[in-house]
Amino acid sequence: MECAVDAQSLISISLMKIHNSRTQRGGIKLHKNLLVSYVLRNARQVYIKEKYAEIYRMQQYEEVMTVCNEIQELNPLDPEPEDAEEEDLEVAALSCCAPLQDGGGKEPETSFYRSCCMETPGSPCDPFAGNGSHCNKTTVLDLDTHVVTTVENRYLHQDCCCSAPQCAPVPDSPVRKRKGDFGCCASDLEEVSDFSASRKRVRREECTDPNYTDTSNISNLISIFGSGFSGLLSRQADLEQICSKQALASLGAWTRAIVAF
Amino acid sequence: IAAGSVCAIVCDMQWCFSQVKGAIDDDVAEADIISTVEFNHTGELLATGDKGGRVVIFQQEIENKNYPQLRSEYNVYSTFQSHEPEFDYLKSLEIEEKINKIRWLPQKNAAQFLLSTNDKTIKLWKISERDRRADGYNLKEEDGRYKDPNSITSLRVPVLIPMDLMVEASPRRVFANAHTYHINSVSVNSDHETYLSADDLRINLWNLEITDRSFNIVDIKPANMEELTEVITASEFHPNQCNTFVFSSSKGTIRLCDMRASALCDKHSKLFEEPENPSNRSFFSEIISSISDVKFSHNGQYMMTRDYLSVKIWDLKMENRPVETYQVHEYLRSKLCSLYENDCIFDKFECCWNGNDSVVMTGSYNNFFRMFDREHRRDVTLEASRENSKPLQVLKPRKVCTGGKRKKDEISVDSLDFNKKILHTAWHPLDNIIAVATTNNLYIFQDKLTG
Repeated sequence: MECAVDAQSLISISLMKIHNSRTQRGGIKLHKNLLVSYVLRNARQVYIKEKYAEIYRMQQYEEVMTVCNEIQELNPLDPEPEDAEEEDLEVAALSCCAPLQDGGGKEPETSFYRSCCMETPGSPCDPFAGNGSHCNKTTVLDLDTHVVTTVENRYLHQDCCCSAPQCAPVPDSPVRKRKGDFGCCASDLEEVSDFSASRKRVRREECTDPNYTDTSNISNLISIFGSGFSGLLSRQADLEQICSKQALASLGAWTRAIVAF
Repeated sequence: IAAGSVCAIVCDMQWCFSQVKGAIDDDVAEADIISTVEFNHTGELLATGDKGGRVVIFQQEIENKNYPQLRSEYNVYSTFQSHEPEFDYLKSLEIEEKINKIRWLPQKNAAQFLLSTNDKTIKLWKISERDRRADGYNLKEEDGRYKDPNSITSLRVPVLIPMDLMVEASPRRVFANAHTYHINSVSVNSDHETYLSADDLRINLWNLEITDRSFNIVDIKPANMEELTEVITASEFHPNQCNTFVFSSSKGTIRLCDMRASALCDKHSKLFEEPENPSNRSFFSEIISSISDVKFSHNGQYMMTRDYLSVKIWDLKMENRPVETYQVHEYLRSKLCSLYENDCIFDKFECCWNGNDSVVMTGSYNNFFRMFDREHRRDVTLEASRENSKPLQVLKPRKVCTGGKRKKDEISVDSLDFNKKILHTAWHPLDNIIAVATTNNLYIFQDKLTG
């Protein structure tokens, strides 16, 4: 992409254009709407790819966290550093969350998905408003790529906001399929059989999300992970065996999402 | 021509200002926005259409006593209301009166004929001069009242006496109800009997004499509209092969069709397409590859297409790539996102050839327009502005600064005014005189050196 473009805002801009074209003088311009739908498709493809990458990273994170717990269990003689580690993690998580609740000061380079932390209770995007614990945000370091990202702890964003089947996009299908094609909480855009007829409903995207990365908190985490895993690497093989069951269990939520994609 | 003259001579032409038509004030009335510009086949007449459905025709003056070298003085010849806003009750849609295209018919007799079209209806207009009137009727007074029969004592033959020239425009044919989608092109065939009209999905063939029927020659509407992937964006008849026409698409392809092959020309004879450069791929690739205009060269060997960032010249004998590509404003490639937000990326620029097909011209933003000299591989950017509008004032070439230090007289990309766009330009068929339409003004420039 030629510039740092936000796939999600492109989607909402495009939907607004389509919506406005319905009231334009002279009727719906077929050509322009067709071109806008191509931008929608392109933005959606990027959006989905990024989401998938997030899931992958979450999966990695899950495994990492499971291994972390394993380390704790395996070294009961040395509680202090581990406790401190946990505390640091929590502190980091909280400090990451807090600014987000203010509305996220920074303009993100790319946004992957809406942050549940952003939603006020009772908003349409968050039927589980009462369960704030579902949506803790944490900044994590991906050991493979050394990329630091902000993810939600445990739950895929989609699970919070809507039921998975509705949010199941089909990546290769042309953009002009029925609703549910877009990611979670995207506006409902129903295609009608003739472009010249007016579209049924276009719900504007209400949720916006910054992808929040705070470099100052990250440096703490890097040191945490660095110290935490120095012993891990040598015992990776053993741990993999022990962790596998837990890892598999935690993947339950993910497999549903992955299949949906 | 003095060597080392101050004003740059580019393309062996030195363009200077001739006239500007239209309101001066910055507050542009929407109805005054110029939507099409076209010279007739001799270049003597210049027609413009606007968003308000009006057509204004200018006529070239033979000679100007004050400026004998000014051969490009055009004055208003006729003004008429071609189309009115309509309402489609069945679809609850308003039909805009904006004139999308004007095309002149070759002159056959004293009168002039042109086709003008809005989104749905094409009209054939006859423009004729009247410079004599009958005088000396027996039964009627001068003002038309009938005389008292008892007062008539003698009989005389009425005579034609000269009068002030009056130019009348009358609609001779109305070609309606043939297009479901918005008409984007009309093109008169070289047989002078038929013409085509194209909308987003279909192209119809008409006989100029017959208004109640037309033949559908191209139909790209899919059975299921959800499978729509491209629309027709422009269409034109070949300048001398009456069986051949082309149409361009929103996907950046051009199809050449032969009407002798079959009644329905969905299957093209030739498909002109250039593969996309994958390194340029972006969210907006489909938009900027959509072709906004296609024009045959006068000699019929080439055709030119305009997409958002470039002009391409195609040899009709070579389908897999254009023979020449000219970048109009490549510096906009990094701005596509904002141009998408403000809708500028949907602007449909036209392009035109000069009389001997050696130079092509197209418009840009900030009231800039560009000329590309095919022979000498040179190009120039000029500006249509009121500041450079003293009679015969030579236009200075403009330059856009794309990065780094901005030189004096250069303009930076961020200073460009994207509300000032030149979408429509026309070149006199026989002379180096050009008409350039800004939003609501028509500029006429002539080349100082030739003629």
